[in-house]
Amino acid sequence: MDAGTWRGVFTILMLLLFVAICIWTFSAKRTKDFEEASQLPLEDDDKPTVGR
Amino acid sequence: MADSKSYNDGVVRQFAIMTVVWGIVGMAVGVLIAAQLLWPALNFDVPWLSFGRIRPLHTNAVIFAFGGSALIGTSMYVVQRTCHVRLFAGPLASFTFWGWQLVILLAAITLPLGLTQGKEYAELIWPIDLLITVVWVAYGIVYFGTIATRRVKHIYVANWFYAAFIITVALLHIVNSLAIPVGLLQSYSIYAGVVDGMVQWWYGHNAVGFFLTAGFLGMMYYFVPKQAGRPVYSYRLSVVHFWALISIYMWAGPHHLHYTTLPDWAQSLGMVFSLLLLAPSWGGMINGIMTLSGAWHKLRTDPILKFMIVSLSFYGMSTFEGPMMSIKTVNALSHYTDWTIGHVHSGALGWVAMITMGCLYNLIPRLYGREQMYSVKLIDVHFWTSTIGVVLYIASMWIAGVMQGLMWRAVNNDGTLTYSFIESLQATYPYYAVRLLGGALFLVGTCIMAYNVWKTISTGERSALQPVAEPA
Repeated sequence: MDAGTWRGVFTILMLLLFVAICIWTFSAKRTKDFEEASQLPLEDDDKPTVGR
Repeated sequence: MADSKSYNDGVVRQFAIMTVVWGIVGMAVGVLIAAQLLWPALNFDVPWLSFGRIRPLHTNAVIFAFGGSALIGTSMYVVQRTCHVRLFAGPLASFTFWGWQLVILLAAITLPLGLTQGKEYAELIWPIDLLITVVWVAYGIVYFGTIATRRVKHIYVANWFYAAFIITVALLHIVNSLAIPVGLLQSYSIYAGVVDGMVQWWYGHNAVGFFLTAGFLGMMYYFVPKQAGRPVYSYRLSVVHFWALISIYMWAGPHHLHYTTLPDWAQSLGMVFSLLLLAPSWGGMINGIMTLSGAWHKLRTDPILKFMIVSLSFYGMSTFEGPMMSIKTVNALSHYTDWTIGHVHSGALGWVAMITMGCLYNLIPRLYGREQMYSVKLIDVHFWTSTIGVVLYIASMWIAGVMQGLMWRAVNNDGTLTYSFIESLQATYPYYAVRLLGGALFLVGTCIMAYNVWKTISTGERSALQPVAEPA
């Protein structure tokens, strides 16, 4: 395979990888995981801790 | 309680304070060089104050001292909070702080002396480059060690952005700074000719993409939900945003070299990737702004949120402008003009500095155990001062830039140039004055913040250590 063909194939592989990432991300199986993760910034005690 | 049960906030406080200090220093130097463009006599015929030497001092101070301190400090705060664990390797974290400050000090000495390796945004000479590498590796160990010892399952998306920032900056710094030393103060890059140019702007544009974008997006993904009191608009979008942004940014560098000796195909490739960047950039902006969806009323009363949302708006503006300027025909007009300076500051002041200020206003009271900042009113004053400052700055540079581009390309019927360069410079003077005013206003805003931070810290009792929160 010459360099030009390989670059073309590589570009298609990258495109497929991106599609795979999107499918993985938008799969319904991930809903619960993402909901948990999105709460992480809000979990720790928000109040300043004077006198504790 | 200085053990694994409490967060290591000492180093975060140090970085937060130095962010404010370096912000004032870096912006003050910026105001000075803006004034020099208007009144060249302001270099006082002192070599150390000449424009060519202190312009890199300005860029290094605002990017690496102000921006760097903000990024390293907030990343060390965010990674502890979202991983529910104390910072890994505390002494190394302190080393990161003091090492980074030493790098800044050495930059402030060497750059006015005219010691440089001549690469934009990578001016520092090779011994300092080595120090940066050591400090950065220490920072990486602290950061990734904390993630490795986390007590929750997920790695929150902000940490992905910070992680990409740390890894990529290491890669960029090492590859672009490869040089053969010929003495303590001088070295020669291992690259030559157009390859040198391409490596430099691969570095330069990814410094924008990963230092000034990915890292600050990490800040955004933690502090905007935190300040708004609600989770990010779409976690799914943030995942796609991350992978799309980091894959595409890598290849956009050639747009800095349009119409140079760089091969045409590389220029066009850089342009295409720059255009593609609009999608992930706007995805991230929309994700941040829409986090306020259903809670827009908070913008009326919360100046900290105003900082964050306006910074995201400037992010959207400059990431629209950037792809547009990368189009070769547009670039033919904009290249080498002050339009570029306006574009950079729309990103650097509007996005980077304003999101940093929003995050600092969120962070400082928490770091020092206060209910809120000393004066919320002053946050509002700061917000309007800096917003007006940015708008004056970028509007004047847009007009100046387009005018310069049109004057430079104007030709008479016989093919000679209509204007000499000096005529375009004279025509630019009024806009340099407006830019100086805008920059000075922004600096005043930063000083207002410094006063507010000082009063917040100095009034009231010393804060206690914050216990590590239990995972939910």
